[in-house]
Amino acid sequence: MEGLNELAFVLGGVNHWITVFLIMAGLYIIVSRSNMIKKLVGLSIFQTSVYLLYVSPGKIIGGTAPIISDDFAVYSNPLPHVLILTAIVVGVATLALGLALVVRINEAYGSIEEDEVYSDGDWN
Amino acid sequence: MRGHLILRVVSKLLIPFLLLFALYVQFHGDFGPGGGFQAGVIVAAAFVLYALIFGLREMQRIIPPAALEVAVPLGVLIYAGVGVLTWFLGGNFLDYGMLDSHDPSHGQHLGILLVEAGVLLTVASTMLLIFYTFAGRGR
Amino acid sequence: MLIDQFPAIVVGVPLVAAALCAIVRNETACWLIALAVAFLSFVGSATMLGQIQEYGVALSYEMGGWAPPAGIELRVDLLSGYLLVLVSLIATAVLIYGRQSVRVEIKESIRGWYYTMYLLCMCGLLGIVITGDAFNAFVFMEISSLSMYTLIALGKDRRALAAAYQYLIMGTIGATMYVIGVGLLFTITGTLNLVDMADRLAPLLDTPAAIAGMAFVVVGLSLKIALFPLHLWLPNAYAFAPSAVTAFLAATATKVSIYLLMRFIYSVFGFGFAIEQTPIPEVVMVLSIAAIFAGSFSAIFQENIKRMLAYSSVAQIGYITLGIALANATGLTGSLVHIFNHAVMKGALFMLVGGIALQIGTVRLSDMAGVGKAMPLTMFGFVLGGFSMLGVPGTVGFVSKWYLAIGALENGWWWVVALLMLSSLLVLAYMGRVIEVAFFRERPEGAPPISEAPKSMLMTAWVFILACIYLGFDTSFTVGVAQQAVDVLMGGAQ
Repeated sequence: MEGLNELAFVLGGVNHWITVFLIMAGLYIIVSRSNMIKKLVGLSIFQTSVYLLYVSPGKIIGGTAPIISDDFAVYSNPLPHVLILTAIVVGVATLALGLALVVRINEAYGSIEEDEVYSDGDWN
Repeated sequence: MRGHLILRVVSKLLIPFLLLFALYVQFHGDFGPGGGFQAGVIVAAAFVLYALIFGLREMQRIIPPAALEVAVPLGVLIYAGVGVLTWFLGGNFLDYGMLDSHDPSHGQHLGILLVEAGVLLTVASTMLLIFYTFAGRGR
Repeated sequence: MLIDQFPAIVVGVPLVAAALCAIVRNETACWLIALAVAFLSFVGSATMLGQIQEYGVALSYEMGGWAPPAGIELRVDLLSGYLLVLVSLIATAVLIYGRQSVRVEIKESIRGWYYTMYLLCMCGLLGIVITGDAFNAFVFMEISSLSMYTLIALGKDRRALAAAYQYLIMGTIGATMYVIGVGLLFTITGTLNLVDMADRLAPLLDTPAAIAGMAFVVVGLSLKIALFPLHLWLPNAYAFAPSAVTAFLAATATKVSIYLLMRFIYSVFGFGFAIEQTPIPEVVMVLSIAAIFAGSFSAIFQENIKRMLAYSSVAQIGYITLGIALANATGLTGSLVHIFNHAVMKGALFMLVGGIALQIGTVRLSDMAGVGKAMPLTMFGFVLGGFSMLGVPGTVGFVSKWYLAIGALENGWWWVVALLMLSSLLVLAYMGRVIEVAFFRERPEGAPPISEAPKSMLMTAWVFILACIYLGFDTSFTVGVAQQAVDVLMGGAQ
């Protein structure tokens, strides 16, 4: 029975495990890569973890779409979805701005490798 | 893109339906899943498809970037304008119920319709503008 | 009643005006719109603060007519009113100040966009302060941050682009951490309204989700605050942004995040839990003192004056967070007073440096030899601002350090007071270097003649310098409001 409890713990929180994995994967890419585009990819993965974190608890097993009707009593919470719609828009805006900056950096420096950009010129 | 006959024909067939679907999503927004964000992205996707197949220059002839630069803030103004209008009607900011003096739920319908129209305009033109900006840059 | 609509006017009108500016795009028209709107926000904020002080009741505004906690609530109490006045005041002043320098530093074709971004940034910063909804605060945070990245990237140096990119990565990590924390709290409480969340969280504080949520929120906001050692984005962002942007950024952006951190620590989690039962005070204490010393030491070795002042900001942020760590009313008062005081004096210093940059074309220390003779008013203002940073009695710097020191003594931490004194010596070292070069070295032979900065820039900077001295003597506004705000913060929790 011990093992079963642990299995239930692992499977029951599977959405959280995936969230944690995405957080760590995103952060790892941001920290370990020096290519600016790859860093932005990492940033996007990191932000994606939030979407899962919010949306997955909103689903109620056996619940329907949140439409008011006499036939249904249990329905999923619509609020997380609306919040995450906003967060996705924010994520898109951040990614677009980040990419625009990288394009400009590439034009100004001729490189998008972070160690080359930051070692170039006097930063003091 | 002279040679790609199949791509051209298929995309010409697809684009009207994409736009129609966008309108469906847009107007379905106050009853069920949908709304200006999703519809705006679908509209933008249809135009991006057109630009990919027929070239950026052709697309920019139809919708010039300068028009988009006006459309983005215009959408925000429509959204915020509804809010300002509700102020003048004596309600709180974005209190749609004020828009109809007889039945607040009618006002809410009207308000959400206007607001979603603003959102559609802003999202579609922003997405297309992002595409223009990146696609227009040479290497 | 018109005043009931003020909370929405203060943040709503800048948003509308930003869209208008993006359509108009004529430089003068945009500037006039921005100035009018910023001033309107300032008047609105000041009126609300006066109202709250008089009646002692927080203003609450139901966005769209939906009642909280389901609807989004705009909430102005003493603390947020205080920050609103600060942000809108600085925004107005920097607009007046920045007209000339923007003309030099930013290409004509994008000046309209500059004012659009400026208004959006102001709207975001005011929004973070005024909103009573945790997720809404995130949205406003991203509005202000995204426009701030754009503003920084407008700097004419190409390093501004790299600095903006660095800030974008760090800032987004911070904001995402914050929203993860809010998500965990939302999962266990089912509400996003801060007041409601505090009520529902009270019996749940010991659960792992609440503690994890608190950790995420605190770390995320610390990144936004640039609390040492998460300050790496700050020096470059301040150093390479256009002068007007630096003055605005330095005086407002980090302060607003500190406000949000205080809200979460004191109002949502509560003094009894966040301060007394978690290691937050100890951790913040160590980091604040590290920030004060690391920031000041780094400042001493900078060649670029804007970068030097930026590192000094890292140190000054350390003073502000130190007040949180002291965990008593006097310390927190010092911290709140220093938010205002630091904004005023650092804003003034960056404005003066912007004038120097405009006249001599660089902000490198080695190029500043003899500037004191050529630009006496600017450099005299710089000296007074330096005194204030040092904490000389009769300036604002003294007032806030005094409260921090008293707060430390109340806890019996005399060594904190000793460290505060010691850190002032470091301030003397780096400000002294600038003053030495500017006044006691001759301008090199053959260098082009220079004159004072344009009147509008100099006057705005001097208004702030004089405010540094005036508020150093008459503390009734800053300390008065701060003490009342502390009563609200601590009283709600104990």
